[in-house]
Amino acid sequence: MAAVEGWFTLDRAAPALLGSRCVVCGTYAFPAEAHFCRNPRCVSTEFDQVELSRRGRVWSYTDARYQPPPPYVAAEPYEPFALAAVELEAERMVVMGQLAHGVGVDDVSVGDEVELVLDILYEDDDHEYLVWKWQPLDTASGR
Amino acid sequence: MSSDDRRVAVLGAGMHPWGKWGRNFVEYGLAAARQALDDAGVSWEDVGYVAGADTIRNGYPGFIAGATFAQALGWTGARVSSVYAACASGAAAIANARAQILAGLCDVALVVGADTTPKGFFAPVGGERRDDPDWLRFHLLGATNPAYFALYARRRMDAYGATEEDFAQVKVKNARHGLANPNARYRKEVTVEEVLASPMVADPLRLLEICATSDGGAALVLSSMEFARRQGGGRPPVTVAAVSTVTPRFPNTVIEMPNFATDSAAAVPTDDLGFRPSIAAAAYEEAGIGPDDVDLAEVYDLSSALELDWYEDIGLCGPGEAEKLLREGATTLGGRVPVNPSGGLSCFGEAIPAQAIAQVCESVWQLRGEASGRQVEGATVAVTANQGLFGHGSSVVLCR
Repeated sequence: MAAVEGWFTLDRAAPALLGSRCVVCGTYAFPAEAHFCRNPRCVSTEFDQVELSRRGRVWSYTDARYQPPPPYVAAEPYEPFALAAVELEAERMVVMGQLAHGVGVDDVSVGDEVELVLDILYEDDDHEYLVWKWQPLDTASGR
Repeated sequence: MSSDDRRVAVLGAGMHPWGKWGRNFVEYGLAAARQALDDAGVSWEDVGYVAGADTIRNGYPGFIAGATFAQALGWTGARVSSVYAACASGAAAIANARAQILAGLCDVALVVGADTTPKGFFAPVGGERRDDPDWLRFHLLGATNPAYFALYARRRMDAYGATEEDFAQVKVKNARHGLANPNARYRKEVTVEEVLASPMVADPLRLLEICATSDGGAALVLSSMEFARRQGGGRPPVTVAAVSTVTPRFPNTVIEMPNFATDSAAAVPTDDLGFRPSIAAAAYEEAGIGPDDVDLAEVYDLSSALELDWYEDIGLCGPGEAEKLLREGATTLGGRVPVNPSGGLSCFGEAIPAQAIAQVCESVWQLRGEASGRQVEGATVAVTANQGLFGHGSSVVLCR
């Protein structure tokens, strides 16, 4: 199940983040905006739910060598993970996400193309909790 | 200054030393306030307005910090406000106090901020809050504050060729600056090698390059120029020439804590001036000066790399030139425009609501020529800069 409700589709093959697009001015937002448009010149309160671009380019990246505090649910023993801020061309915005399991900072560079995937964020006895992550495209990095 | 004089005087500055003392934050604030009042030569009963900078990690007394400090000093009927603006809380409190003075509603105001902090990474305040981006970014991404600092650092390396040695050199400089500062928590020289040998926390940032969380307190006594003249005494006081508490302009296209995404620039083109550069620009404009007039700066080095961003964002050099400025020694004590002569967050660690006030305290001591062991000789203009999460700018211009 999703670790957070309504932020992304659960299409395992081709998942997408669910954002909003203002019906008046066309401004996107993630997570989706339901009540107000962020554009100060727009007073719209109506938004379409839209799937955001599944591919983008790495704006920057880092990793977490030390275990983040709760409410992050860390695996035991702790496994470091990497993070990327990814530029979406059509939406003209940058979206954060963890890099897919097993992808480290040495596997990406600024400008690399990445694609959205679903991955396990954490699990308990009943469920696997899924979240979006960024997966480098094989052809992008050349490594 | 013109006849439309918007300056206020800084009569007094005070600090409780930064550290990990583990005591109640009120104690630090009280010590700083008493020191600032002594320094100002005014009595607590003369204070008409108390502007508290809030702490959100110390329960209710922290949310109403202005009243907490007023009660600790002894109720006098002084008017009060308590303000939270994340790391920029201290500047917001200064702005409140200044507005009261400039509006003629009080002659003398006391500004106080103090904090007691937990060990390790800052975590969101407790409870399960699925509508709070600050809670969600820890839960869904594990994105700590250093993770965001690291994104900016990596960006500098990619865009401008900054090196790990450059970042380490900032730490080396600030550690040296803070050696003689009695209020600094860390007073120890480090070498580039030692910095680069410290553990990686969030690539490319290492443990010695990320500011710690500290306990501490800082306070200022501000007054109208008229009150300062009446009070007389020696030479003219240091003045606050400008306070900038600007927010971003849409679309803000730099990813910021605690957000999952930037604004979208699909409908409205990006502003030429990004948020961080707009912070000091607003202060310069209000003060009627430019970055060339600045003799020293206190900037928010949450990470060593972030200090380099600030060089450009406060106009000390153009984009991509910060590493050159650092390597030339321009921002080291004795250089053209020393940055963080106090030692900065690198030597203090962060006591959130006190920090923007502490930047101003250091500037005041520098402009008075009282910054023993770290004095910027002949300084007449200082600028502070800082940024609080959720879109809080903070910049103060001080003149002698």
